[in-house]
Amino acid sequence: MQRLASLFRPQKPIDASVLEEEAALVEAIHRRFVLRGTLSLGALTLLTGCDISNKEAVQSTLRKISGWNDLVQSALFDPKKLAKTYTPAEVRKPPRFNAFYPIDEVKPVDIGSWRLEIGGRVKDKRPLDAASFAGLPEQEIIIRHVCVEGWDYIGQWSGVNFRLFLEKIGADLDAKYIGFRCADGYSASIDMASALHPQTILATKYAGEPITAPFGAPLRLRTAIKLGYKNPKWITALEVTNTYPGGYWEDRGYNWFAGI
Amino acid sequence: MTGTQGTSTKLARLHPLPLRIMHWLNAIAILVMIGSGWRIYNNDPIFGFIEFPITFTFGGDPDITYRHNGDAGFSNALLWHFAFMWLLVANGLAYVIYGVATGRFRRMLLPVTPRDVVHTIRETLRLHLAHDDITMYNAVQKLMYIGVLCVLVLVVISGVTIWKPVQFSALAALFGGFQGARLVHFCCMGLITAFLVVHVMLAILVPRTIAAMITGGPPNPRLDGRPSLPAE
Repeated sequence: MQRLASLFRPQKPIDASVLEEEAALVEAIHRRFVLRGTLSLGALTLLTGCDISNKEAVQSTLRKISGWNDLVQSALFDPKKLAKTYTPAEVRKPPRFNAFYPIDEVKPVDIGSWRLEIGGRVKDKRPLDAASFAGLPEQEIIIRHVCVEGWDYIGQWSGVNFRLFLEKIGADLDAKYIGFRCADGYSASIDMASALHPQTILATKYAGEPITAPFGAPLRLRTAIKLGYKNPKWITALEVTNTYPGGYWEDRGYNWFAGI
Repeated sequence: MTGTQGTSTKLARLHPLPLRIMHWLNAIAILVMIGSGWRIYNNDPIFGFIEFPITFTFGGDPDITYRHNGDAGFSNALLWHFAFMWLLVANGLAYVIYGVATGRFRRMLLPVTPRDVVHTIRETLRLHLAHDDITMYNAVQKLMYIGVLCVLVLVVISGVTIWKPVQFSALAALFGGFQGARLVHFCCMGLITAFLVVHVMLAILVPRTIAAMITGGPPNPRLDGRPSLPAE
C-alpha cells in the first residue's frame, strides 16, 4: 500500500547512523531509567538478596557515609594515646606479606639507584638516597599490625620517627595530608595528626636487620594507629599537601582514615 | 488495671507504630550487617571449615564489582557494614530508650522465672503450647528476646573494639585482644543468626504475629490503661 504523503512525515528514511553515533547517550538514558527503577525497589531488593552494591547512586551514598566515618574517626583519634607495644620474643619472623599481588611477583627495588622524592609543602625538596637514611636517628617500635581483612601479627620495626623527619625536611605541619607513591604502583595517604603520632616511623629495619625486599625495602611507613593498607612499602615519593591524595585501595572503596 | 478505660477511645495496640518502625529498620540493619559481615569474614576466616557461600553474602557480584571497583566486593561489604552500623546502633538506642521509657520492657519481658521457663518447655514438648493470646509472651519467648538483646549489645561492643582496638584498648583487653574481640563478634553473629532462624520460623507458624508487626495487632491489655495511640 502506498503511503500517504504527509508534510509531517520525512520524505526520506531516517538516517540510522545517528543512533549509532549517539549510542552512548541512548545507553545512558536507559541506564538512568534502570537505576531509578532499582532505587524505588531498594528496600525490596535488599531483602530478596538482589545486590544493589554497584549501582552508581548506592556507591556514591556509601562512599559519602565512608567520608562521614572519616570525620568520626578523626574525632575519636587521640594523638597522645599510644598503642600497646610488645616484647622481641613475640615478634613474627619474617613478617606477614601482603600486597595487591602475590609475594612471588614482588620486584625488588635497586637500593643503589633508589631515591625518595619529596614534594609539596616542604622547604627542602632534595631527593634522599638510602645512605642519607642510615645517618638519621633510629626509633624502634614493636607493634601489632592489623589488616583490614582481620589478621594481625606483631612486628619489630625501626627507622626515623616520622615527625622528626617531617620537621627535618621543613614540612608544613599544618598541611592536611601526606601522600605516598611506591615503586610497585601502590599509593596511600594519611592525615597529618596520624603522621605526627609518636608511633609513626619511616622504617628501614625489621627485627634489627634491614627490611628485606618483600616487606618494603629500602623504605616503608609503619604506624601503630592505622590498618595495614595505610603502611605503604617501597616508598619512592612523598608529598605534603592540602589536596586529598587518595590511595590505591581508597580509590577502590576502602575507608580513607582507617584508624585503629 | 486492665486497660479498659475510655469506652470510645481505641485501645493501644500490641505493637505501637514506633515499635513497628524500629522492628523493621532493625531487620534491614541486621540483614545487611550479617550479609556484609559474611563477605568480610570470608576474606580471612577465623575457622578454616566455616566459609559462607558467596550468594548469601552482601557486597555485589564479584565479577561486576571487579569491573566497577577493581575489587571483588570486599570493599563494598566494608562500605555496607560501616554504613549500616549507624542504623543498627541509632535504631537500637532508640529502641532501648523507648522500651525503658514506656515500660514496655517491664510489661512484655519481665518477670522471667526459671519455674516458668521449665513449665513452658514442658508444655511445648507436650504440644500444649498456647498462643491464642499473642499479646502475652511465654517464658521462653521472654528469655529469647532478653537474650538476643544482650547479644546485640555485645555484638556492637565487640564490633567497636575490632574497629578501634588501639583507641579503645581497654575494651580490647577485656576481650583478650583484637582476635578475642573478633571471635566474640563472630559468635554473637552466630547467636543472632540462630535467633533469626527460630524467630522467623515461629512467626511463619503463627502468621498473626507477622500481621501484628505490620498493622499493630490486637489491643494490648498489658498497657495499664495508657492513653491510646491515634488510630493507625
